[in-house]
Amino acid sequence: MKDQLRTSLFHLLIIGLMAGLYFTLPEYHSGVLARAMVLAVYAMGYNLLFGYTGLLSLGHALFFATGMYGLGLAMQHLDVGASTGIVFGLIAALVISTVIGFLALRTTGVAFMIVTLMFAQAGYLIILWMGEYTRGDEGFAIQASERVLAGIDLSQPDNRYFAALVLFGISLLLIGWVVRSGFGKTLVAIRENEERARMLGYNVHRHKWVAVIISGVLSGAAGAAYALLFGYVGATFATVQYSIFPLLYVLLGGAGTTLGPLVGTVFMYYLIDLSSQVTSAYLLIAGVALILLTLFAPQGIIGELRKRVFPWLP
Amino acid sequence: MAAITLLSTQGLSKQYAGLTAVNNVNFELPTGQIRALIGPNGAGKSTFVGMLSGRIESTSGSVQFNGKDITRLPAHKRISLGMAYTFQITSIFASLSVHENVALAARRASGRAVNSRVRDALGKVNMADRQHHIASDLSYGHQRLLEIAMGLVQSPSLFILDEPTQGLSSSEIDAFVALIKSIAGDTTVLLIEHNMDVVMATADYITVLNFGEVLAEGTAQEIRNNAKVQSAYLGTSHA
Repeated sequence: MKDQLRTSLFHLLIIGLMAGLYFTLPEYHSGVLARAMVLAVYAMGYNLLFGYTGLLSLGHALFFATGMYGLGLAMQHLDVGASTGIVFGLIAALVISTVIGFLALRTTGVAFMIVTLMFAQAGYLIILWMGEYTRGDEGFAIQASERVLAGIDLSQPDNRYFAALVLFGISLLLIGWVVRSGFGKTLVAIRENEERARMLGYNVHRHKWVAVIISGVLSGAAGAAYALLFGYVGATFATVQYSIFPLLYVLLGGAGTTLGPLVGTVFMYYLIDLSSQVTSAYLLIAGVALILLTLFAPQGIIGELRKRVFPWLP
Repeated sequence: MAAITLLSTQGLSKQYAGLTAVNNVNFELPTGQIRALIGPNGAGKSTFVGMLSGRIESTSGSVQFNGKDITRLPAHKRISLGMAYTFQITSIFASLSVHENVALAARRASGRAVNSRVRDALGKVNMADRQHHIASDLSYGHQRLLEIAMGLVQSPSLFILDEPTQGLSSSEIDAFVALIKSIAGDTTVLLIEHNMDVVMATADYITVLNFGEVLAEGTAQEIRNNAKVQSAYLGTSHA
């Protein structure tokens, strides 16, 4: 219990710090952070499955896009408001992750990676195929006038920042609580030694399934929030690239740490941002930085900090 | 005390692509007994207990535990009915602390007083002072004892130990024998063991497997004097 309390207090401190940053950073950077916080929620969902449970998915863009299109299509074609749109996005992500989890978890290891990749490709193709509603590759915009949640205009930068912070904060506290719970510790046990966990009497399959569902719903929540805050729904977000991003964020920030996803996302954002100011070969600089980090900090930024300096980091 | 059967098998068999590893084994284990399962290498001992715990699917036959047919149950459900199992090749959560290893076992059995139960279990294997060590940093012998503590903390009604003393020092073996004697009565123990001194010191009753079949059953004295057992072990069998 003491452990849970300390983790929650630490996370509240981080949330407070992020709130404070809005008032100290120039507008450009707070805009970047708003986007990074939403993508960090996506990475946190990914991290629960990859970092804590040891399941490497290459198809999480499907969950992100499901949340995004669940909200976007409902608002566009059913003429519902933002709050109902969010409900649609979350339910869509819940249903899809439940079904995909059930099917994909019949496999393990490399086969799991391939199966999730294929499901995500199928999802991407379905979005293109249903171009009449989804506008295919081009996507569609959600008008600023519709992006109003409980009377708050989310197209305004300050509102957008704090909406992203609320989502990030809730997700961080939730993840912090999950990974410190008996359930979360069992996920780690499954990651470490699945057969031993089974022979301690744990229903390994059910634990993994629930992990896929929580992971998928968080990713979907991030997708829905992205559409709502930035006003665009497009098939790009369902591509393989968007399945790889959370993996990169988590690896850089620290797999199996609660703050790794945020740190990795922000790091990656600024790495690309800064290097593209210096040269057009910015991906080269980004690549070298990634290789150096992988070589010298294989556990990611927060992972290394936990290993070397702060062993109490959640 | 009337013997109540805790675990029994009828005609339990396992075939691997033409090879019969375990053949038609009828087995009965009364509550509270310490039973040793012995036999030459390849006799089918690990396969047999694998089918009891559900790690290995049987080809035919049935298993009853606590009056319930568990033949079709998956391993995790059998464990949650009150079995604990230690692997022949040590299987722990290497990167987690000793405390967390045992706590994982404790929490599955019951969410109550986890920390004090973990301390008790580690105390029983003389490892209370190593709670905060990372499991992979332990010596091999201590890793084996840790796995035994993970079994003990579940307060199982049946504790299956697959060659627990393999790789232990002689003083650790003495401590293990004392430990098994101390849990006798509360816990039924099924022990696969090659070390005959351990078998003779702990077992109430012995089952000998050979070529996947029950060769003999009896007390330590009976087994020691059994001609068939002697020939199986000494390789003078005419069969």
